[in-house]
Amino acid sequence: MFGSINHTSSVTNSLFSRQFLHPPLQDHAGIKPFFGGRRSHTATSFSNDVDQLPTEAPLQQELNFPGGKVKFMPKRIFTSGSNEERTNCYRVLNENGELIVDSDSLKISKELGVKMYKDMVTLQVMDTIFYEAQRQGRVSFYLTTIGEEAINIASAAALDNNDFVFPQYREPGVLLWRGFTLQEFANQLFGNKYDYGKGRQMPIHYGSKKHNYVTVSSTVATQIPQAVGAAYSMKMQKQDSCTITYFGDGGSSTGDFHAGLNFSAVMEVPVIFFCRNNGWAISTPISDQFRSDGIVVRGKAYGVPSIRVDGNDALAIYSAVYEARKMAIEKQTPVLIEALTYRAGHHSTSDDSTKYRPVDEIEWWRDDQNPVKWFKTWIENKGWWSDQAESEQRSSVRKQLSQAIQAAERVEKPPVADMFNDVYDVPPKNLNEQEVILRENIKKHAQEYPSNVAV
Amino acid sequence: MAIGVASFNLLQPVIGNYFCLIDENMWGIIRQNVGVTGGLSSQGLGNHMMRLRPVASAMRNYSSATKEMTVRDALNSALDEEMAADPNVFVMGEEVGEYQGAYKITKGLLDKYGPERVVDTPITEAGFAGIGVGAAYHGLRPVIEFMTFNFSMQAIDHVINSAAKSNYMSAGQINVPIVFRGPNGPAAGVGAQHSQCYGAWYGSVPGLKVLVPYSSEDARGLLKAAIRDPDPVVFLENELLYGESFPVSAESLDSSFCLPIGKAKIEREGKDITITAFSKMVGYALKAAEILEKDGINAEVINLRSIRPLDRATINASVRKTNRLVTVEEGFPQHGIGAEICASVVEDSFGYLDAPVERIAGADVPTPYAANLERMAFPQIEDIVRAAKRACYRSVPMSATA
Repeated sequence: MFGSINHTSSVTNSLFSRQFLHPPLQDHAGIKPFFGGRRSHTATSFSNDVDQLPTEAPLQQELNFPGGKVKFMPKRIFTSGSNEERTNCYRVLNENGELIVDSDSLKISKELGVKMYKDMVTLQVMDTIFYEAQRQGRVSFYLTTIGEEAINIASAAALDNNDFVFPQYREPGVLLWRGFTLQEFANQLFGNKYDYGKGRQMPIHYGSKKHNYVTVSSTVATQIPQAVGAAYSMKMQKQDSCTITYFGDGGSSTGDFHAGLNFSAVMEVPVIFFCRNNGWAISTPISDQFRSDGIVVRGKAYGVPSIRVDGNDALAIYSAVYEARKMAIEKQTPVLIEALTYRAGHHSTSDDSTKYRPVDEIEWWRDDQNPVKWFKTWIENKGWWSDQAESEQRSSVRKQLSQAIQAAERVEKPPVADMFNDVYDVPPKNLNEQEVILRENIKKHAQEYPSNVAV
Repeated sequence: MAIGVASFNLLQPVIGNYFCLIDENMWGIIRQNVGVTGGLSSQGLGNHMMRLRPVASAMRNYSSATKEMTVRDALNSALDEEMAADPNVFVMGEEVGEYQGAYKITKGLLDKYGPERVVDTPITEAGFAGIGVGAAYHGLRPVIEFMTFNFSMQAIDHVINSAAKSNYMSAGQINVPIVFRGPNGPAAGVGAQHSQCYGAWYGSVPGLKVLVPYSSEDARGLLKAAIRDPDPVVFLENELLYGESFPVSAESLDSSFCLPIGKAKIEREGKDITITAFSKMVGYALKAAEILEKDGINAEVINLRSIRPLDRATINASVRKTNRLVTVEEGFPQHGIGAEICASVVEDSFGYLDAPVERIAGADVPTPYAANLERMAFPQIEDIVRAAKRACYRSVPMSATA
């Protein structure tokens, strides 16, 4: 009866599809079918049938689909995959260290501002000196946070000490803010007996229960669903706190990122996802990592409120994290923050980034866009800081660091017993036996074993 | 076993407040401080169980018939009781809530405890395993269900790198009291991607405990022990055993009942040959033992109950008594449980062996679907009988015939 081109098989359906081809018709009664191009495909009996149709029932404008009503559109429009209009970036301080007019930012006290700056300087100096210690062969590995000092310190400053932190590895500043001392950092790097990790992990894998900072784990982005789970625990226990998890642009490609964000929205938990988009995942530039408009746009895909922030503007980061935390706890919702910044240092001491990126690019971000310098200008303008305070701070930190390194180097390594405990809650019989055998061996062949390990 | 005792010491604060669940499937027993007081070792309780068995509920005022319970009900009741006793225990997995559990193990729990404690998840094993670990880091006690352990491969990084190693890597600052449970190994006609046994994979990881219940009593006692354990536990069940009924003692129905982790059970005593097995193969081994009895071979069957820690002491003591060993498992032969048991026996009891150790395992092929091929891909009772006879130097036909 109908032409084969007509995709509908019933009369009512064809009326339905007719809606799609023309703007909605005002008067449904006695419509003369006008199909334009379609007319040539329809059989004459078709139009006869249409005349007999009931005209009272209003036609569907939208679909009542689980999750909410969805409007129809007659135009075949694909949303573009490209990023003509990128999400705006929240910034309150300009590159001259001045507050931008009409910016939304929080007032911070002198005490807070000065602590923030001092910690940023400490982090910068710490990175330089520990990096050099690795180069001198005193420490086996190190990874710097150069360029991301504002992200580290300002985000930590906006949180409460009860908020659980799930770091990736480029966030020692958060631990520094919470009171981890330079000596404690050095002890971990040297893996000595005062290391809270008992010498079991590579350098920079800090962890501290008392500071609510979950031990760094080398696996990329696994901390994301873990942060969601811990936030779920806080929600169940009705605690007035949230979790925060940090990851890079590279980490956002993992399956764990997807699962973590998706789940967090479904479970409605108080977690802050902080993405440090620093342009590089070792040698992979972001153009090879994803083609979306960064990571901020993905929040909407999962139903997670999001914001993009200037990662070199300490005040903007502070303000964004402060508000995100408030939202997360009061509304029990996840929040995504994408901070745009640059990894001004190499990926780690095992990397030489000049091999895959231009030196002038590195220098521009390291010098002109330096977050420490910008914040310094701002606090100096406020009269809270001076050149003298600057040189005092830097030399004091350097001195403390060299003392800490020398002390850490001299301390004994963890004893042999620390090889066998913590595998389980209570050491099992087989490990106890192995420990006995090892001790006997050490006694018998003492010259084969290092002398700085206590038995 | 050090571990068993330690687990009980940790149980003290919990046991004091215990009372059993009243459920139409179970006897109502209201009791506190059952059987485990002070430093009484879990071994003691285990032996107590075995002595009590033949004397079915003589001390109870209830019916004198021996109570039977399916493994499914045993697991369900264990979960129910642990969730009632500790509000931090919660269940998470695909279909565990509204659907009542893919295999109905979590039936009724959603209605009883609500969606916050029985969490239905999107399809992402990596996601919910990671989330479970995170929740455990912060003090909850998750029981994560994998629809089958084949799907745990999607999440194995979290099981091993986030759960098993965390206590060690954080130097005791983070412990992970999590349980990963679900059906393991072959079912019937489910093909290659749904039939693998993961006992050997998880059994090789320090930091994990790996349990393999067989009977309903095993299921109840080991699951409760697993949930109360402060370390991550991989709990390997078996789909075909869910519907099987086993007699259960009155003791095992009590809500404070726990079995020690790391202790095997001698299901059948014998003097001529030791057969070790776990999960469904225990049933096969017992049937093989009956057949062997008719041929004058008196077999001792050991139900491993625990792959990690492996009860090397019980296995070796048995082999020193019988001098012959057959290991049985459904998993792939290379690097399997039998290989580890054989190594342990060779290391500790070499002089006691009168014959080479016989290993029975699944065929070294991805599991075929066709029923006749599947039957040939897994150990059957006749295979166990033949292996035992070979170890006893009896003549046997060469190999399995279809």
